[in-house]
Amino acid sequence: MVRVLERLGHTVNFPAGQTCCGQMHYNTGYQAEAFPLLERFVEQFEEAEAVVIPSSSCVAMMRDHYPKMAAQVGVELSVRVERLLPKVFEFSEFLTRGLGLEDVGASYPHRVTYHASCHGLRNLGLGDGPLRLLKQVRNIDLVELAGVEECCGFGGTFAVKNADVSIAMLEQKTATILQTKAEVCTACDNSCLMHIQGALHRQGTGVKTVHLAEILAGEAERRSE
Amino acid sequence: MSETSLDPKTAPSFPMAAKAAMKDVQLRRNVAHATDVIRAKRARVVEEMPDWQELREAGKQIREHTMKHLDFYLEEFEVNCTRAGGVVHWAKDAAEAQEIVVGLVKASGSNEVIKVKSMTTEEIALNSALEAEGIHPFETDLAELIIQLGHDRPSHIVVPALHKNRQQIREIFMREMRLSELGDRPEDLADAARVFLREKFLRVKTGVSGANFLIAETGGVCIVESEGNGRMCLTLPETLITIAGIDKVLPRYADLEVVLQLLPRSATGERMNPYNSVWTGVHAADGPKVFHVVLMDNARTEILADKESRQTLNCIRCAACQNACPVYRQTGGHAYGSVYAGPIGAILTPQLQQLQYAQSLPYASSLCGACYEVCPVKINIPEVLIHLRNKVVEQSKGTLNLEATGMKAMAMIFRNERRFRAAQRLGRMAETVLPSKDGWITWLPGILGGWTQARDLQEMPRETFRDWWEKRCADEH
Repeated sequence: MVRVLERLGHTVNFPAGQTCCGQMHYNTGYQAEAFPLLERFVEQFEEAEAVVIPSSSCVAMMRDHYPKMAAQVGVELSVRVERLLPKVFEFSEFLTRGLGLEDVGASYPHRVTYHASCHGLRNLGLGDGPLRLLKQVRNIDLVELAGVEECCGFGGTFAVKNADVSIAMLEQKTATILQTKAEVCTACDNSCLMHIQGALHRQGTGVKTVHLAEILAGEAERRSE
Repeated sequence: MSETSLDPKTAPSFPMAAKAAMKDVQLRRNVAHATDVIRAKRARVVEEMPDWQELREAGKQIREHTMKHLDFYLEEFEVNCTRAGGVVHWAKDAAEAQEIVVGLVKASGSNEVIKVKSMTTEEIALNSALEAEGIHPFETDLAELIIQLGHDRPSHIVVPALHKNRQQIREIFMREMRLSELGDRPEDLADAARVFLREKFLRVKTGVSGANFLIAETGGVCIVESEGNGRMCLTLPETLITIAGIDKVLPRYADLEVVLQLLPRSATGERMNPYNSVWTGVHAADGPKVFHVVLMDNARTEILADKESRQTLNCIRCAACQNACPVYRQTGGHAYGSVYAGPIGAILTPQLQQLQYAQSLPYASSLCGACYEVCPVKINIPEVLIHLRNKVVEQSKGTLNLEATGMKAMAMIFRNERRFRAAQRLGRMAETVLPSKDGWITWLPGILGGWTQARDLQEMPRETFRDWWEKRCADEH
């Protein structure tokens, strides 16, 4: 992600004090534990011009829950969250909506299929944004995934709390990925990719999962700047 | 399947029940097939509506408005229904509702009733209450008939026998109707049910129904169905007893214009239901001569009092969320241990019953949001699930709990940069003692073991992003 953004001429900063958005705590029911993480996020990022996050579910956590959480804390935090959130983007969203780009000058000579992560798809409404970015990548062999909008079964702690159901959902996902004969499955969320990769590796398929940013970071011919 | 308990008090936790259910290959095949068919039909008839999103919003507004003024509309319904010749009863819980209905059936002088499909009567286990008093209930909805004859329990709000296929239904009919021959084509099965039911329609003098909607403005009751068997029960008996949750009320007759577009398209993928019945009180010339409505609370006012989760009551019971849910589609309905299954069941049951008996249900979801996407009245089910999870955590406070300890420890780590860095280093050290192969962990301890049942976990990279970033910054200077 850093490479793509820098290639596009942006200055990237990584606030060292950042940790976690609190999604896991919040979604599992430990909401009290998520509040300090919200405040931490605001402190770390409120000075930025744009906050770009390579994880659709973290962005969904912020957009869907931070405003009402902040309102519970007080007016001051609420105002800070309100000012910060419009500057927060999921990575593909920053490219397509923030910068109005589809071609970021990447090349990736592999057969790739795209899985639409639930939070990106439904909570952020990314639509076909990530696919449009992928279509502009040179040398890519992009194949459509059947049931692209079906959940992979990760769901945070769901993957261990309801391991059997989660695995059954995952097996459907990996079966459709294998049908595409892709070498690589990509998405906008590392948690889905970690989940899918876990099964693809266990099954000894040789298929890899790669975050969209890594594909877009693949250098094409040198562009004249 | 008679031992299937749909009472959260006695049912096993969702993960346990799901594990057992998923071993039934036939069940999974039936559920997957049926939900695929309904989903595809729904998608077709929703897509053709240019104003579907506006309709959803209108449905949501109507339901929210109604819930905000529920007391007013219920009283208005009572006044208008009474004026039209109906008798309105109020039941605070399932026991009281059972008692009232049993009393009314006895007073009607009948020891049999014919029933319209009704989840509310399932909610209060009305059939067993009637049977305990020597009254025989006959289910007349085809799917409910299959459930009743199969000594089974419903697994879906709209299609209660969705977990059965034609061959299984044929076997149930042959055994219970004592038929020596029967085909398994839909028309064969429908013919058998028709012969079996027709005689009951003509004989039984008392009918019991639920309600899709109660209309405050007119005191009318609305039921939609596909078979016409419901209409038989609503028109032929001398006495009709309708039982409805207090959440079923709509302010105006005109509101049907919205909900009767949303409901059939969402529920069965039909543009409209084949049978739409609306009746108001009693009439000298036609229909039942005695009409009772039992308005049942059964924890609904408690749900209404919780502003985070009161949207649960907006539900119009279309079950689109069940068909869309990837969890339900794997497990079927019985795993939820509740009359209401799927995403709506996962939020409704813990609130209708005491939460401590249904603590696993709010977690029976990957929060993928497919339910919210299809909900015709825009109930944000994931949001309510998260709210209920928080309640479960609050309720479990003080008990020795590995998960809570882990969550607290992690929150402590995430609150502090130094601790976060230390934890990353520690994590790498911990990895060295776990069984792994070529950089992949193949076994995890305790509750995390669920992960490695069928998934490996890649070890942390030697160089984290943070290491890379810092090295890069140092090199630049």
